[in-house]
Amino acid sequence: MQDKDSGEEPVGGAGLDGNVLAGPLSEVFAVDITTAVGRCRGCGASSAIATLRVHGPQPGLVGRCPGCDDVLLRIVRTPDAVWLDLGGLTSLRIPSAG
Amino acid sequence: MSFVTRGFHGRRRDDDGRLPPGQHLTGDFPVLSAGPTPRIPLDEWELWVATEEGTRHTWSWAELMALAADEPTVDIHCVTSWSKLDTTWRGVSLDTILADVETAADYALVHSYGGYTTNLPLEDLLDGKAWVAYEFEGDDLHPEHGGPARLLVPHLYFWKSAKWVHGIELVLEDTPGFWEQLGYHDYGDPWREQRYQGD
Amino acid sequence: MARAAIPGGLSARRAWRPARLLERRVETASASTLVLEVADWPGHLPGQHVDLRLTADDGYTATRSYSLSAPAEGDRVEVTVQRVPDGEVSTFLCDDLQLGDAALLRGPVGGWFVWRPEQPGPVLLVAGGSGVVPLMAMLRARPADGPPFRLVYSVRQPDDVIYRAELDALGRAEGVDVRYVFTRRGAGEDDGDERPPGRLRAADLDAAGWGPADAPTCYVCGPTGFVEAAATILAAAGHDPARIRTERFGPSGS
Ligand SMILES: Cc1cc2nc3c(=O)[nH]c(=O)nc-3n(C[C@H](O)[C@H](O)[C@H](O)COP(=O)(O)OP(=O)(O)OC[C@H]3O[C@@H](n4cnc5c(N)ncnc54)[C@H](O)[C@@H]3O)c2cc1C
Ligand SMILES: [Zn+2]
Repeated sequence: MQDKDSGEEPVGGAGLDGNVLAGPLSEVFAVDITTAVGRCRGCGASSAIATLRVHGPQPGLVGRCPGCDDVLLRIVRTPDAVWLDLGGLTSLRIPSAG
Repeated sequence: MSFVTRGFHGRRRDDDGRLPPGQHLTGDFPVLSAGPTPRIPLDEWELWVATEEGTRHTWSWAELMALAADEPTVDIHCVTSWSKLDTTWRGVSLDTILADVETAADYALVHSYGGYTTNLPLEDLLDGKAWVAYEFEGDDLHPEHGGPARLLVPHLYFWKSAKWVHGIELVLEDTPGFWEQLGYHDYGDPWREQRYQGD
Repeated sequence: MARAAIPGGLSARRAWRPARLLERRVETASASTLVLEVADWPGHLPGQHVDLRLTADDGYTATRSYSLSAPAEGDRVEVTVQRVPDGEVSTFLCDDLQLGDAALLRGPVGGWFVWRPEQPGPVLLVAGGSGVVPLMAMLRARPADGPPFRLVYSVRQPDDVIYRAELDALGRAEGVDVRYVFTRRGAGEDDGDERPPGRLRAADLDAAGWGPADAPTCYVCGPTGFVEAAATILAAAGHDPARIRTERFGPSGS
């Protein structure tokens, strides 16, 4: 499929990146998590959440490691809850002031 | 929902009476996926069934092709609220695949190439209700839609019809799959709108 | 103009609240800017986006992200929406949302793909299609004595350039360089455009003062295929991957 206005052909795989998680994650976290750095349980790489390869948004958002494509996080919004899985991360380093 | 944007209806067509509640017709075939599309060469492709006792049965692509095929015409219903009527498929009934498998299991956990999983009761795979499908509307199933082969269980929401099906693990206890771990319903009957846990 | 403080009372940012359409400006045949009024707008950083949600009378909803295209003026914020063929939300926003009517909005959100005016160093902006929107917000927030900015903006043909008049004016300002890349049909040599039409190439991003040694922070935004191609060119040219920030709008090339 030819893209509409930049003349580039879309590539396979994830259509989005972690920037799109900012809104959904703002429902859960008090600070912006897209600038936090997550460490992948699979390959050990550290990546800002904004740089994850993201699939979705339906049926849910799936964030994968830019290094090894393992699932790092998943978010599902149901009518009355947010389901969050961070199980692919060994740690999440959240910058804080001071 | 109290807040409405006047004039917004979405890209939807009218219900013609054959749709489960909350569903709308779509003309195209939206692609939903949780990961990159796996490309599996047919000479490496394999389907396995593992029982709760640890017995493993496998089929190569050639062996799958040698099994008697059905050509079901079915309606499919995606949990994201689109439905497609009268889709035609070609594939092997799970009755055929499971015919010689000895099991006391009540549930199946279906595994895909790429790591996706989904769970359903074993009886929902039997009695002509489910297929391993490899053709859609007369053509080889496109990788985006789950080719070379996907599960087809049209009476449940379409996330149960695992794309890129690889194996079926027969288990004694219901074991939540990829979306079922994260709030989606363990059974997923569209006629009862079982989208999320508790529905 | 731009605010330096991290904007936003938390509660204001996370809740869905009405955004009322005050004005719609046609930018190109397929893109329009929507001026929205959002009560108690907390301010935002250039590059941030909002999520907009449309709700039908039966409860059906559709939610999409749109970048803020300009600094806020009080409770007035702007987004620019490129109509995607058959697009559920973009066509409604461009054609059907009536003046005075409202969609739901959540935001501003996103702290990664932002430019902070206090941040040092030159800024290289690379846009594909509607990916220009958050980059325009950065250009608009740049103070007159700010660091050097360069925008390389890829579209199919000259008519598709959003913000054309303003960009041409900005490009004549001290410290700002604007360059268009046409992928299908150029402006023609008569207009001084000697580049044959075609996709973004390494030469389009290679300019004196904008090499790896000049250490610009690079912001790349647009359809996913474009972003990956442009980021690959920048990395291959030797730009530090840590200084290449990307935002993918999606596979469809919206
Ligand atoms: C962080 C962020 C910021 C954004 N900012 C802007 C902005 O400032 N301005 C702007 O115009 N847009 C922006 N977008 C894109 C915007 O969110 C929508 O994606 C866009 O408007 C299309 O939505 P739609 O409902 O009109 O199209 P849809 O109805 O969602 O789809 C449009 C077309 O794309 C196709 N398509 C959709 N998904 C896929 C897929 N996975 N694979 C192949 N084809 C697909 C559909 O088949 C359809 O033909 C931004 C996106 C993100 C993530
Ligand atoms: Zn990894």
